[in-house]
Amino acid sequence: MSAIGTDAIEGFSATRDTARVTRDRLRVGSAVLLLAALVGIPLVANDYWLNAVLIPFLIMSLTALGLNLLMGYAGQASLGTGGFMSVGAYATYNLLLRLPELPLPVSLLLGGVISGLVGIVAGLPSLRIKGFYLVASTLATQFLLEWLFNQYGWFSNYSTSSSISAPRLAIFGHDLSSPTGRYFLTLATVVVVTVVATRLVRSQTGRTWMAIRDMDTAAAVIGVPVSAGKLKAFFVSSLVIGIAGALWAFAYLGTVDARSFNLDRSFQVMFAIIIGGMGSISGNYLGAAFMILLPILLDHVGGGLFGGAIDPGQLENLQKALFGALIVWFLIKEPRGLAALLSRAWTQLAARLGR
Amino acid sequence: MSLRKQKRIMSRAIGLAALVLSAAAIGTTASAEDAKTQYFPLATFRVGAYASSGIPVWAGEIDYFRYINEVEGGINGIKLVWDECETNWEVEKGVECYERVKAGKNGSPVPIFLPHGDPISKALTEKSVADKIPLVTIAYGRTEAIDGRVFPYSFPVVFSFWSEASSAVNFIAEKVGGKDKLKGLKIATVYHDSPYGKETQVPLAHLAKTYGFEDIQIPVPHPGNEQSAQWAKIRQLKPDWVFLRGWGVMTPVAIKTAAKVGFPVDHIVGGIWSGSEEDVRPAGAVAKGYLAITPFPAGANFEIHQKLKKYILDKGLSDLKDPKSFGSVYYNSGVDEAIVAVEAIRTAQAHFGVRPINGEEAQWGLEHLDLSEKRLAEIGATGLQQPLKLSAKDHEGGGAGKVLQWDGEKWNVVSNGWVKSDRDLLLPLIYERAAAYAKEKGITPRDATN
Repeated sequence: MSAIGTDAIEGFSATRDTARVTRDRLRVGSAVLLLAALVGIPLVANDYWLNAVLIPFLIMSLTALGLNLLMGYAGQASLGTGGFMSVGAYATYNLLLRLPELPLPVSLLLGGVISGLVGIVAGLPSLRIKGFYLVASTLATQFLLEWLFNQYGWFSNYSTSSSISAPRLAIFGHDLSSPTGRYFLTLATVVVVTVVATRLVRSQTGRTWMAIRDMDTAAAVIGVPVSAGKLKAFFVSSLVIGIAGALWAFAYLGTVDARSFNLDRSFQVMFAIIIGGMGSISGNYLGAAFMILLPILLDHVGGGLFGGAIDPGQLENLQKALFGALIVWFLIKEPRGLAALLSRAWTQLAARLGR
Repeated sequence: MSLRKQKRIMSRAIGLAALVLSAAAIGTTASAEDAKTQYFPLATFRVGAYASSGIPVWAGEIDYFRYINEVEGGINGIKLVWDECETNWEVEKGVECYERVKAGKNGSPVPIFLPHGDPISKALTEKSVADKIPLVTIAYGRTEAIDGRVFPYSFPVVFSFWSEASSAVNFIAEKVGGKDKLKGLKIATVYHDSPYGKETQVPLAHLAKTYGFEDIQIPVPHPGNEQSAQWAKIRQLKPDWVFLRGWGVMTPVAIKTAAKVGFPVDHIVGGIWSGSEEDVRPAGAVAKGYLAITPFPAGANFEIHQKLKKYILDKGLSDLKDPKSFGSVYYNSGVDEAIVAVEAIRTAQAHFGVRPINGEEAQWGLEHLDLSEKRLAEIGATGLQQPLKLSAKDHEGGGAGKVLQWDGEKWNVVSNGWVKSDRDLLLPLIYERAAAYAKEKGITPRDATN
């Protein structure tokens, strides 16, 4: 988990070099420590922490990662996130239901691939239009997909309420339906996808994306395959988002319908990457933490401090206002997002320690 | 950087991690001291898009709980304590609230959880089975959950969406002079195009086949603030009756648009969630004569309301912000819900002993709940709540609604008492669906003889 945007800041002097080494060591160390903590958590955490805090946080991070590949790295703004999540969820559901012999990871991946293919179709307009116009066309995808899953009963196996609910979650006969099982399924998926995504953005593909993002005309002139790059970004991004959608449906909520993946969800993910940091891998986790964990924290603190003293409705509104104010404050402090803020702090810390 | 420094950093980091982990563990250590009170968490939505309909519901609920505590000294002496958790009517926050409260409070367990939101109840269906906490969803939630053999911890008590549709048809039959007169009628259902709105398609198709009326289905996309096309279609098809299953802003817009195209408003029967004061007031004068079927008849003249007024409202103990809402459909729905919860706990206490009841015991209490006419009269809820008898095979129990008519000021009951639904006709279909669900999920249905 390292911030990509800061790799460019490289000093030539000896001190800055040691600072960089220390900083990288600190980073790797903290990442390993964090991972160890995440693996160890089920030993001490109760259902509340797993079901209501950690699982949604990890899945939201994964979704943000998916969108960040498209928006932060390839520069293609999209509001279709909720729609792609629903494709992943409904596709995985149908795979699990209709092809029960497939193991869960394969169904999950195939669900993601189907979502990726839908992403390519949704990404076709990006070859001709960009910016706000592209946002409008992805918005159409969002509404179309939501309507589709609500309208046609086949997708939900003709359930009365068009909702889908997870068939038994198991890997090689090992039942994963307990909170711990669902947590590890989520954690493993997130770690694998993060590692792959980190490699990807540092590869030729990633550089193509960044070239398109920074100036697509110039990229085309120097021979970067712009159209293929854009569609590839839509494919990979939708694939990751699709997997996240399936996890959201089956590892987190259990039963969902198309409403769980509405436009609000798309906005929430977009805000997460803006706050966390566009074009950064660690930013996705920070942004997701901000969007998912902070309101819960505020709620606990608010309830603990003023519970009973203030009218519950008022207290709720106060928390919303405070959350909004915090977003504004953070964006003023660092418009490039929490990842940049943290990276700056790391650099300062490393410089002080390395000296 | 020296080795010592590195070590120091490491030890600090480990310390920090330990702190985080210990914070995580706090939630698990509830005090084991024997509780003398019954915890009852409330998942509320006081902010968000539907807050205006939610606020009177909690008022009804909390007022009844206070009445039980203040006047009756608790349920057989066990006082109720509750706290609120805000869901915004959002499924994620609802799940968070459920997880937060499910372990109980100060050693007092959670007997019943009221999800207050259709998607929330669906997301909790399986979690509640694992945690053994019954979900009570009055007039919403999964219809198939009536089959308690497959859904042991889901209780769509009183009035499911299927019963709603069937009762509405039976009310129309009452108006036209008998079920045999339904033949050849055209009944159009104008519904909110969402999973909730589509729930009644299957039962209506079945009833249309049985009684020989024509079933027309017209969807309105969310949120439904523009319905010219739908009502133009109504004008063209000329149905005899319209069954309106709206949600939020859709209902007043439908009433206004119906008036505009000249469809008689007294031939529109609103569904459960199209039948509150909040649904008709915004439509203004044209709503006069509008009908709605509901399990929560409005009115402040029931016996229990006299008691609530005397002991709670007049003493300034009420949770009600706007005293005009006293006796409104939503306020009464809160009272109804509280009555069902309290009586279920009472039933469980009679079996397991007078003490705080946990979820598993409350599930037994619910499945053996028998709200007879006699018991309802003792509570003072005659006419407000219908007689209710639940069992493992039947988690709904009632299945009847009253039809209200808006006179421009308030709702008046116009149906002949409770309009029963054709449960005998629909239950086999519901059991079939529950069995299909059980097959899909690999659930072995419970033995219903216990």
